[in-house]
Amino acid sequence: MTHSFPWLTLLIVLPLAGAVALCFAKETSVRLIALGTAAADLLLSLPLWWLFDSSSGGMQFNETALWISTPPIHYRLGLDGISLPLVLMTTMLMPLCVLISWRSIDQRIRSFMAMLLVMEGAMIGVFAALDFVLFYVFWEAMLIPMYLLIGVWGGPNRIYAAVKFFLYTLVGSVLLLVAILVLYFQSGHTFDIVQLSQAAVPASLQFWLFLAFFAAFAVKVPMFPFHTWLPDAHVEAPTAGSVILASVLLKMGGYGFVRFSLPMLPDASMAFAPLMITLSIVAIIYGAYMALAQADLKKLIAYSSVSHMGFVTLGLFTFNIQGIEGAVMQMVNHGITTGGLFLCVGVIYERTHSRQIADNTGLTTPMPRYATLLVIFALSSLGLPGTNSFVGEFMVLAGTFIWSKLATALASLGIILAAAYMLWMIQRVAFGLPSPHMLPALRDLDRREMATLIPLVVLVFLIGIFPNPILTRMHASVNQVLARTSVPTAATAMRADDQLLTAPTGGDSPAMETPRP
Amino acid sequence: MTFSPGDLFLILPELLVITAACLVLVLDPVLSSSQKDGLAWLSLGTLAICMGLIASQMDHAASAFGGIVIIDAYACFWRLLLCFVAGLTVLLSHTYLREERLYFGEYYGFVLLSLSGMMVMVSAADLLTIYLGTELMSLSLYVMAGLKRSAPRSLEASAKYFVLGAFSSGILLYGISLLYGATGSTRLPAIAAAIAGRSLDDPLLLAATVLLAVGFGFKLAVVPFHMWTPDVYQGAPTSVTAFMAVASKAASFGAFLRVFVEGLGSLKANWSAIFLLLCIATLVLGNIVALVQTNIKRMLAYSSIAHAGYALIGVVAAGVAGTQTGETNGITAVMLYLALYAFMTFGAFTIVAMLRKGGLDGDEIEDFTGLAARHPLAALLMLVFMVSLAGIPPTAGFIGKFYVFMAAVEAGLTWLAVLALVFAAISAYYYLRIIMVMYMREPDPLTAASPRLIMSPALSIVLACAVAGVVFFGLYPGPLVNLAGHAVLTFK
Repeated sequence: MTHSFPWLTLLIVLPLAGAVALCFAKETSVRLIALGTAAADLLLSLPLWWLFDSSSGGMQFNETALWISTPPIHYRLGLDGISLPLVLMTTMLMPLCVLISWRSIDQRIRSFMAMLLVMEGAMIGVFAALDFVLFYVFWEAMLIPMYLLIGVWGGPNRIYAAVKFFLYTLVGSVLLLVAILVLYFQSGHTFDIVQLSQAAVPASLQFWLFLAFFAAFAVKVPMFPFHTWLPDAHVEAPTAGSVILASVLLKMGGYGFVRFSLPMLPDASMAFAPLMITLSIVAIIYGAYMALAQADLKKLIAYSSVSHMGFVTLGLFTFNIQGIEGAVMQMVNHGITTGGLFLCVGVIYERTHSRQIADNTGLTTPMPRYATLLVIFALSSLGLPGTNSFVGEFMVLAGTFIWSKLATALASLGIILAAAYMLWMIQRVAFGLPSPHMLPALRDLDRREMATLIPLVVLVFLIGIFPNPILTRMHASVNQVLARTSVPTAATAMRADDQLLTAPTGGDSPAMETPRP
Repeated sequence: MTFSPGDLFLILPELLVITAACLVLVLDPVLSSSQKDGLAWLSLGTLAICMGLIASQMDHAASAFGGIVIIDAYACFWRLLLCFVAGLTVLLSHTYLREERLYFGEYYGFVLLSLSGMMVMVSAADLLTIYLGTELMSLSLYVMAGLKRSAPRSLEASAKYFVLGAFSSGILLYGISLLYGATGSTRLPAIAAAIAGRSLDDPLLLAATVLLAVGFGFKLAVVPFHMWTPDVYQGAPTSVTAFMAVASKAASFGAFLRVFVEGLGSLKANWSAIFLLLCIATLVLGNIVALVQTNIKRMLAYSSIAHAGYALIGVVAAGVAGTQTGETNGITAVMLYLALYAFMTFGAFTIVAMLRKGGLDGDEIEDFTGLAARHPLAALLMLVFMVSLAGIPPTAGFIGKFYVFMAAVEAGLTWLAVLALVFAAISAYYYLRIIMVMYMREPDPLTAASPRLIMSPALSIVLACAVAGVVFFGLYPGPLVNLAGHAVLTFK
């Protein structure tokens, strides 16, 4: 152990211990124990935010222990500026997931809560693992609890959705395992992610490895055309499952690209960048178009996720600091906003037992508090300035502008379409005519539900108005990723960065009006 | 042949097992049916003593009876595993046989006799001795498979197993005789010395190698020599199936590696090509056919075929790898794989044996419907075994696959690793189906008798051992990896 206090181990073990404790708990106290565990994990993770040294691009809170001696596999954990916000986002969302399932899950509540906590431990493990095999173990270990969450507590078509989710992600990730093994033998017999990020891999081999990484990460993101599992899984999953899927699991794809593909395979990443950017733009526009056509709220949000995650992959493959930081911001923001939207759908589904837009219209009069929060999340989702999503999407577009003006113009279409589908949804759900037979069921939010949604609303505005605390923490780490990808435009991009982030008007780069507090 | 009393001490575990087997057979008629439990405890005690003895033999390699038998770390690794599995089998059978109303005391005698044959197989360094071990193992298994005399399927299994087993033994023996003709010896070291530098241009040697590969192919149940497996696994009493699927496969792999690595090591370039083809066929057919099974014993039979395919990857990798470390890593991976496979497969068969429908086996996949609601713990254990068989971390199955694929990549067989992993993902579908049926389907209220689970302390011990192995070695495989690495064979 190189660090005095094992923060990350505790963060991973605490939820797992909570899951074990649930097995022996009384039926009545199951919910409280789950909430307590998730909240304790959140409290435990908060100090990391302030203890984090934002001047360093290296890994912090490191822990190392030999796990298996032949081949040398370590239990190695650590965080940098990219994984820190994602870990905090995860710990922040989990208590909300427990809260939203308080009453909506009425059978096998014990197993449900245990699955949620197991997921939490595995998800934090994925973001914190610094050994490739350890990463893979956490990455795959998430599959079974997620499969059960969808398949046991999901909607009518849950079995199909669960199996589809499982097989898609599994097929993607088995290729990753081969790539990990090939990298091991190619780069000096190590699974250490930090060392592998500095190893030189022959360009021809990088090509194949990139494809294998791509298979794993693109399915998770999901990138067009590997997205088809997502609408099924989202629609059938219980609310907490949808939130975990959308807010955390999708981020793992983006995280995989920025943690592994870019630094370990810089040449191949450069070579594949045009394809990746094309696929991202297709996803942005296609996802938005599909969202326009949906009559089911969850499906609408699912397709909007495809569109928003397109911005993540778009930003990552621009190879400049705005693009990559914007992508990471977008990951965090999408987690918050889409998480909020799914929670909102969960709330209304509990009342009307329908996710159809047509069944849930005109909610402003009977449920004013609910309608307010829904509108806030919807506006955040379409990237209104002052909300969180604006920051990420704008940075991604600014980064893309350096790369290609055409791509920027096409990607901007996605934002316009987002405004269209979100406002149209709001127009019907919030301001349409209420259907009379639903009215008796439409109670406004109670205190538990307010407690579930308010933290996310606070974050929407906090990040929207004051994104710098997150950005400063990821600067050094993103620069390290960039240092591995030597692109001509990257030099100008990095120079322009300071102006972009400190002054409202840039010199030779596109101006960015960063909202100031 | 020189003979010294010290030799007897080396094979003391085998002697003890045979003595206990004879004792069981003799005591069986004189004991009243209520006392027959004592036979199970007698067998268990013997196995425990044997495991202690074998563990003490681990560190000093010695040969006995003029080189017919070699008691080295490699032999001890397999003997330990086999005794352990036999112990689990006795515990499982103790409850299962009572449930099936099979009050045969000699059952335990056959388990022990079969075990002694397996132990001879893995510690023999002479082809004829290996053959004798194989026959002792198989003959006992033929009888055990047909023990459920009232069930036509059991008799069919026994007859089929006997015919095909005898046929394959004949092929094996034919290969041995041709090899004797080509090299003038049946001792593995002498064979290795005689064929050093020779290639398969010699038709006699070619025929002998192919016949040996086919003979062992039957015992290992690799495609296309697997035809007997599904019928026999389905028809035999489940406790016997578990024993066959785990122990007889492990013993066959133990002897098979010894013959091909120590005896025919210099032909590895040739035999690895044969096994590469068998390996691919096994992976493809085993996994694909398992997809459509409706009977869980048949599904697990095809799954065990597929797992033999994964283990063969390690054999091929060892044969292809140009380096010493690559070779030993390949062999280590095979040994590790079978040891880990033992825990998960035995665990899965135990749950299958526990599920009863009326007076019969509940061995249709349908019978698992809604198990999670009625027996949450049993369903959870089955979930762990299925996840492990699918090779998903953090379970033993993942560790086994990890080392096998690592050996393949190291040997330059990356494409084989990709192919095998794609089939591993396909296999997840049929393992997941069991989880799905248990957790996501509600039992049909219209069907009369829903299957019940038999419970007993002995079964709890079996399940605890199996799940502890799956979880512990999944999280911390170090001890087992080191043990296999210590016991590994080197090419001569």
